[in-house]
Amino acid sequence: MKVSMTVNGKAVSGEAEGRTLLSSFLRDGLGLTGTHVGCDTSQCGACVVHVDGKAVKSCTVFAADAAGANVTTIEGMANPDGTLGTLQQAFQDHHGLQCGFCTPGMVMSAAALLADNPKPTAAEVRHHLEGNICRCTGYHNIVKAVLAASGQDADRIAAE
Amino acid sequence: MYNFDFVKPTSLADAVKAMAQEDAQALGGGQTLIPTLKQRLASPAVLVSLSGIAEMKGVCVGDDGALCIGGATPHATVAKEAAAKFPALAALAAGIGDPAVRNRGTIGGSLANNDPSACYPSAVLATGATIVTNTRKIAADDFFEGLFTTALEPGEIITEVRFPVPERGAYAKFQQPASRFALTGAFVAKYGSGVRVAITGASENGVFRWTEAEKALSANFSAGALDGLTVPSDGLIGDLHGTPAYRANLVKVMTKRAVASA
Repeated sequence: MKVSMTVNGKAVSGEAEGRTLLSSFLRDGLGLTGTHVGCDTSQCGACVVHVDGKAVKSCTVFAADAAGANVTTIEGMANPDGTLGTLQQAFQDHHGLQCGFCTPGMVMSAAALLADNPKPTAAEVRHHLEGNICRCTGYHNIVKAVLAASGQDADRIAAE
Repeated sequence: MYNFDFVKPTSLADAVKAMAQEDAQALGGGQTLIPTLKQRLASPAVLVSLSGIAEMKGVCVGDDGALCIGGATPHATVAKEAAAKFPALAALAAGIGDPAVRNRGTIGGSLANNDPSACYPSAVLATGATIVTNTRKIAADDFFEGLFTTALEPGEIITEVRFPVPERGAYAKFQQPASRFALTGAFVAKYGSGVRVAITGASENGVFRWTEAEKALSANFSAGALDGLTVPSDGLIGDLHGTPAYRANLVKVMTKRAVASA
């Protein structure tokens, strides 16, 4: 079947089977390989994208179920001139990534948090990111990056 | 996963029609069903998504004061919109899985699946909620029939759940830290007519009412009223996370915590 949706502001369409996952549709169908598939069992959160403004695990949503939706992926997080968005820049500035595999999901989950709660506490950031796993265990700097992107002093937080 | 035809009706009537096809399976938020399909533990011919049906979504208050939640309402919506009317239920919804799971997973999907460690069944059973389907109303006491088994007939769709809001109520969950399912969870609900207690995560037969605790708490609604009670470990779940005896102890501990925070 043909599936159409809006991805990062552009109308797109592609062929999908009933079983085609949104993550596969984005990566294999549209070539948007910034969305990573880590576990493919909805546990690690590397594949998080926004569907109509809500963070979801794209490996656990069918592409056909997102037909007609407004989807944002990590590729849609940069500024229009191609420079890094505030949250992305904060990840770079605070060394919020080591191998970088989990980063797209971390950024998308964090963006959803900040949209809902613009000035979260460190504890709220940690709680919100509990569905995103960093196997480098670089959580502390990720929390710093999210706090910095929210305009708060990130250097004062203590390791928990 | 095996392939299937995917349909996404926009009305309940069309969903009921679609579910009448052979080997049709309803899809709520898919947070359990999609992993199940990936493991080839289910192979429906037709998958009927319920996420496009506006009439099955949302939280409202009925004429009788009950909190009514559409069957296709995601946990995140319940966490926000039930907070003022029934904070214990909102808190339960806010503790399911993680934020991305809560944006997709639905109350109807959770109840239809009846996972023995899921959170929602305890709230439904403890409040004596009514499960409304496309064909009938089912009392909570008649709905849960054991491990992954409910009173739903093939093709039947949960359209709404109606919760009588208790005077006091709380859910306490000892969570499995990786999945955040309940290793054991207790939902306590106090009404003028008495107290109901439902336990999830502990029994091999799924959610159950702890009637001894109900009697004790109906006479004296305090954690101390449970001191003299013991829970037999027969029929409780034993796995790498905890033995049946460990869970038997957790039943009492979590019920006390629920009472203390109600």
